[in-house]
Amino acid sequence: MREEQLVIKMNTDFFILLKPELSLTFIIFILLIIKVSDGMNKNSSIIHLANFLLLINFLLGFIGNATGTLFSDMYHTNGLIALEKNILNFGTLIISLQAYEWLKNHKHVIEFYILLLTTLLGMFFMVSSGNFLMFFLGLELASIPLAAIVNFDLEKIKSSEAAVKMILSSAFASCIMLFGISLIYGTSGTLNFAELPTLITNNPLQILALIFVFTGFAFKLSAVPFHLWTADVYEGAPVPVTAYLSVISKAAMVFVFISVLNPLFQNVQNVWYNMLFLTIVLTITIGNLFAIRQNNIKRFLAFSSISQVGFILLGISSGTTMGVSASVYFLIVYIFSNLGAFGVIALVAAQTEKENISDFKGFYKNNKTLSWIITIALFSLAGIPPTAGFFGKMFLVTAGASKGNYVLIIIAVLNMVVSLYYYLRVVKAIFVDENESPIEKIESNLYSKIALYICMAGIIFTGFASVLYDYINSLM
Amino acid sequence: MNEIGLTHILFLSAILFFIGVYGFLTRRNMVTMLMSIELILNSVNINFVAFNKFLHAGKLDGTFFTIFIITIAAAEAAVAIAIIIHLYRSNKSIDVNDADLMKF
Repeated sequence: MREEQLVIKMNTDFFILLKPELSLTFIIFILLIIKVSDGMNKNSSIIHLANFLLLINFLLGFIGNATGTLFSDMYHTNGLIALEKNILNFGTLIISLQAYEWLKNHKHVIEFYILLLTTLLGMFFMVSSGNFLMFFLGLELASIPLAAIVNFDLEKIKSSEAAVKMILSSAFASCIMLFGISLIYGTSGTLNFAELPTLITNNPLQILALIFVFTGFAFKLSAVPFHLWTADVYEGAPVPVTAYLSVISKAAMVFVFISVLNPLFQNVQNVWYNMLFLTIVLTITIGNLFAIRQNNIKRFLAFSSISQVGFILLGISSGTTMGVSASVYFLIVYIFSNLGAFGVIALVAAQTEKENISDFKGFYKNNKTLSWIITIALFSLAGIPPTAGFFGKMFLVTAGASKGNYVLIIIAVLNMVVSLYYYLRVVKAIFVDENESPIEKIESNLYSKIALYICMAGIIFTGFASVLYDYINSLM
Repeated sequence: MNEIGLTHILFLSAILFFIGVYGFLTRRNMVTMLMSIELILNSVNINFVAFNKFLHAGKLDGTFFTIFIITIAAAEAAVAIAIIIHLYRSNKSIDVNDADLMKF
């Protein structure tokens, strides 16, 4: 009798704790069955269905979250991880809404959604992994299908070139990280996150392992000097996929980085702090300097996202819970602002094929609302006060300052001034510059409108409403 | 007669690792680059198995990890080759230097 009850309890635990992954898997299976049975041929009805399922999936994330572990510590979840998964779900939903314009004429809509949701599933497992094996499996599940959807503009050479660059460099990064993991295993005898912190000491081999693992992470986060793949992949990929790469996959990597770097390598904090210091300075500075000279707007946003990653790393470098909450808060703001900008670019690219900053000259003349939306989004990315981006950056810099390394803070703040220049360059092109043939009026569909208005509301209100930041803090 | 110990095996895996890295960075043929990646993965496999056998023989963590790495390497190679073939159809070349539509 006792045993039976235990089994039932274990089974319900399984369904409650694994709920986000199970609901995603369920959606993937529904789409697969539709694909196999050839039941739905119209693109728009598939997109409606997928958006509806994603919305349900997002709403499910808010109810019945529990704390616990599964599969003998391989998988663990708690309030913070549930919030992180909700953030990822939300971003995917917005991207799916924005992708309507591009997908409605595409031949392989279902495959796009299946691959997209598979990468999301991988990210979920990665975020809640409690063991290096689970972490590695999640990482690969997140990165291999991603290369396939980068190639989704099937007739464009640029798209396949970007996919080749993406898969070769991400495979290389995983290899480097794996070598580090093997050294950690050799020196400590375990792969379990719960047992590792006490076993990692100042042993030289473990420091070498830390360097390898850190390198792998830096590759995936596209931190300088491992950023070279980023701009090419972002430029070649279709716009919604670029948005996905720069927001969702980056956010997932940051979440894992938070839960691996400081908790696991506490004993060698001075070592990784110095590595992180160098990486942050290089990332922010080089990201900014290269963003200035870009003409393609997707490349421009790629370099801007590189420098934003530098700021997130600045928050993480503090190694405190304040740094963690500042990073999570900034990522929410970053999702709103970056997706606001990408939403407008996706509409323009789908209807006119124009992607250069010079094409945006005189954009305000025919598209008043869209101009204001992209302007507010860029202001938020630059961190101009009334928008949420300002508060996000302020929390990150405050968290970074807790170490008392003022050289780092001064470099970061000076770079914020530089970044103002290039964000305002785009705004100037939209509002001030003359153009004989400005972009015609862009027709936006209902989905894009909803997505853009949600992003605008997010940029304006997450800054003023302290509820969100307090909520994140309460989860620590 | 020296017995072959952990040091020898680690030496082998380190050599394999750096041959892989060198190959990845110098070769210009995409398929050869993929082969270099496989070399690195194999060096990691050797590491895991050797550590498991010599240092932590009580549990099988390392061996299991190796099995998963082999599986994932196969999946990765399949997707990478599919993408390379797709690029070859339009570019008529699998040389990295010819894939230069996007620069800086």
